[in-house]
Amino acid sequence: MSNIVIDKSKCKACYLCMKECPKNLIKISDDTNNLGNRVVEFQDPNGECLGCAMCATRCPDLAITEVYRG
Amino acid sequence: MATQVFKIPDSFKKDAKYTFCPGCDHGVAVRLVGECLSELGLTENTIAACSIGCSVTIYDFLNVDSLEAPHGRALAEATGIKRACPDKFVFTYQGDGDFASIGLAESMHAALRGEKISAICINNTTYGMTGGQLGPTTLLGQVTTTSPTGRNLEYYGYPIKIAEHIALCDGTAFSARVSLDSVPNIRKAKQAIKKAFEVQMKGLGFGFVEILSSCPTNWRMTPEKAHERVRDEMMQIFKPGIYKDITKDFSNEN
Repeated sequence: MSNIVIDKSKCKACYLCMKECPKNLIKISDDTNNLGNRVVEFQDPNGECLGCAMCATRCPDLAITEVYRG
Repeated sequence: MATQVFKIPDSFKKDAKYTFCPGCDHGVAVRLVGECLSELGLTENTIAACSIGCSVTIYDFLNVDSLEAPHGRALAEATGIKRACPDKFVFTYQGDGDFASIGLAESMHAALRGEKISAICINNTTYGMTGGQLGPTTLLGQVTTTSPTGRNLEYYGYPIKIAEHIALCDGTAFSARVSLDSVPNIRKAKQAIKKAFEVQMKGLGFGFVEILSSCPTNWRMTPEKAHERVRDEMMQIFKPGIYKDITKDFSNEN
């Protein structure tokens, strides 16, 4: 099953990844990190993630650190 | 069994955290450079010449040896490094103000001499670190802090098209312009950077890539709007493409 790993301490809340995800699996979470940013979170209850890595390719802050496809 | 399709490249320092503004494409460009260094196995053998501007912080993130150059002189310094250590891989990472305004003489002459160096230039049409002043690549009509009514032709002249100028130099082996406005273009940008690195490894000459990037802070836009501006305004003037590639075989084309 495909999934991504988000390092919330690096997220700067630009939300570019949300627009890239073809399945809209990345959402704004209620958490803030110690930079004070409303970070993103990955929600995939139905296993829809394709592992396309477009979110990680777009992320300008290396916050999406790992992508697995399978 | 899931296979890993994306990871932080080995060439990055452990727990490297970018200090760029939110949505800044410098982060993507540095990652692409790091990925190319890792994939070509150059990390251990690389010396970077750093410039002045937002681009300078590359030495905080990449696990390579680096030297800091005075403003605009990164390619002059890189020339010295390469001549002293010809077996090392040497690259510069510069902004457009550093490469094409203050350091234009160094940049052009490094290309004319055909130094075996790779140069990456980030073009965001403004001086980012100092607060968004008019730069050599500022588009006509663009409002900056030093051109509050927009860049006007009579007073400031035209923006410089760097990739075309470098392509005209005989010592250049590879010159391309790429953009970071969308994921397909980011993947093309990586191929161009890799090519610019390969021409140095083969000893063919000067490798150059100009990367069109966004500066949401100084353009006073959201990161998404900034990418739209790159697409709709910058890419109309600065057309992406490969302007020179001496390794390309034209024998099958008519």
